[in-house]
Amino acid sequence: MKENKPRRIKNEFLYFALRNRKLRLGVSIVLVFVFLAIVGPYFTPYDPWAYVGPPARPPSRTFWLGTTMFGQDVFTQFVYGLRPVFLVGILGGGLATFIGTMIGFLAGYRGGWVDEVLNTFTNVVLVIPTLALLLIIAAYLGVRSFFMQALFIGCTAWPWTARAVRAQTLSLKAREFVDLARISGMSPWRIILTEIAPNMLSYLVMVFILQFGGAILNAATLDFIGLGPTRGISLGLMIQIALLWGALPLGMWWWFIPPGLTIALLVGALYVTNVGLDEVFNPKLRET
Amino acid sequence: MRRYLVRKLTIYFLTFFLAVTIDWVIPRFMPGNPVQTMLSRVALRAEAVEVLRGYYIRAFGLDVPLWEQYLNFWRAVLRGDLGVSVYLFPKPVSRVIAEAIPYTLGLLVPAILLSWWAGNKFGAFAARRKWLDNTLLPLGYFLTATPYMWLGILLAWGFGVALGWFPIAGGYGFGLTPHLSWTFVGSLLRHWFLPFASLFLVMFGGWAIGMRNLIIYELEADYAQYLESLGAPRRLIRSYAFRNALLPQITGLALQMGTIAAGAVVTETVFSYPGIGLLLVQAIQNQDYFLIQGCFLFIIIGVLVANLLVDLAYLVVDPRTRRGMVGEL
Repeated sequence: MKENKPRRIKNEFLYFALRNRKLRLGVSIVLVFVFLAIVGPYFTPYDPWAYVGPPARPPSRTFWLGTTMFGQDVFTQFVYGLRPVFLVGILGGGLATFIGTMIGFLAGYRGGWVDEVLNTFTNVVLVIPTLALLLIIAAYLGVRSFFMQALFIGCTAWPWTARAVRAQTLSLKAREFVDLARISGMSPWRIILTEIAPNMLSYLVMVFILQFGGAILNAATLDFIGLGPTRGISLGLMIQIALLWGALPLGMWWWFIPPGLTIALLVGALYVTNVGLDEVFNPKLRET
Repeated sequence: MRRYLVRKLTIYFLTFFLAVTIDWVIPRFMPGNPVQTMLSRVALRAEAVEVLRGYYIRAFGLDVPLWEQYLNFWRAVLRGDLGVSVYLFPKPVSRVIAEAIPYTLGLLVPAILLSWWAGNKFGAFAARRKWLDNTLLPLGYFLTATPYMWLGILLAWGFGVALGWFPIAGGYGFGLTPHLSWTFVGSLLRHWFLPFASLFLVMFGGWAIGMRNLIIYELEADYAQYLESLGAPRRLIRSYAFRNALLPQITGLALQMGTIAAGAVVTETVFSYPGIGLLLVQAIQNQDYFLIQGCFLFIIIGVLVANLLVDLAYLVVDPRTRRGMVGEL
């Protein structure tokens, strides 16, 4: 009997996960882009920066998404630019989730002055407009890389996560099983990691998905302002370059629509996945 | 109520302190030397470079110990003296910013308020209505996931370039000088509309979805189910749910201020709209460090003031905060 119980719960989760339309839609869109990012570059013979064709041509059979002002292949730039989107999203979002979760756990579980200090700090960072901060940091850095971008985004995007995790920890802390663990002499971090964290795992997964999407949007914004990585290509950089070289008045829609549409679809799909997961985890929200 | 306000004000004060400190620290301790960068932009003879270097070092106040530089910086900030813009020399930074403020506020205040109002109404209306929920909410998710600049570009392309209804750059017509006349106001409005619309749409999507999710939570709450079992009309239950769901949306407004400020920066850049955002981007591109510092400071102050206004609104709307029944938010 005891053996059976966890399996039943898992099956129930899978059952609702596979039946949930929002989850299926969101995950499929994300997977399509993951697939494109992985195999896309093998389908194009060109280099993203090489001048390979006549300039400013609309999509055709040789150039699937047309060419830029300078005769670079937009499709090539697009598939290469998709990779850093996932890189920055996963690293930046992951880092933000990690920092936020740790601070939230610590503040919520310890309480007292630790909570007071951490909570005030969280609220202060929460009010500072992240992007303005990222802008001035990036403006003073001469050479920038994708990893640095992810690092900065991760270090500034964590506050709302810390607050949410803290609130959850506070409510879980009052439960009997945590008291029991404390009486049995477990160390605070063990209690947090083995007793509290597993109970909010579903929540943490959802937080990561939201942070993932947020990091993608932040990175695109930085790239667009011209503070993206100094080397390499990303979707945000494509939009920036397109606007800079007058794609708008020239009506070269094939240059700026695919990268922006992809970001919107990808981040939107992440949000929809999040709602789907919420419905799977929380029976009250399931559609009848 | 006093405790609530004191707590909030402490946080804002600390934030302001931290922001000014960051504003001071970053140019001094980041790799790269702003003075060197500015000198390398003007190719001069060696002795002229030395004179200029001396000028910049005095202008930045770099010839005194660090702690004194820090105090001087605070003194200057509190006096409203933000230095002289290099890019728009010899205009003082505070004047450059003051000229840009009306455009940014004129864009942001209506966009924020209208999108919040319309988004909440619409989200509440769509919740638990199968048809609307399934058709229009994916659109809401798409909108809120759209990068601000891309929606701006899309609107500029569609309504500006393809249809030619609206101009796509500037705050008013190129041939005009600011004065009070119908032509000028008309031109102002025509230039204002597209950046406003793109900010409005992205925010609208976010509020609508937030409200929809909150209403669904509220309709599951005990009081709603109790009312339903009593046979109360659905409209009444929904109106109660709406009022309860509005509170987190007000808090959300404060939390979103930073993102909204970022959205304004890129939207103004897309439309070359002469507000603070465009100014900041131009300052960065021209490595005008005083102007960067000034814009950052102004954005921080703007966000803090907006947060404070939202807090005051919360006090008015939720009597529990006034009575001190809600510990903290």
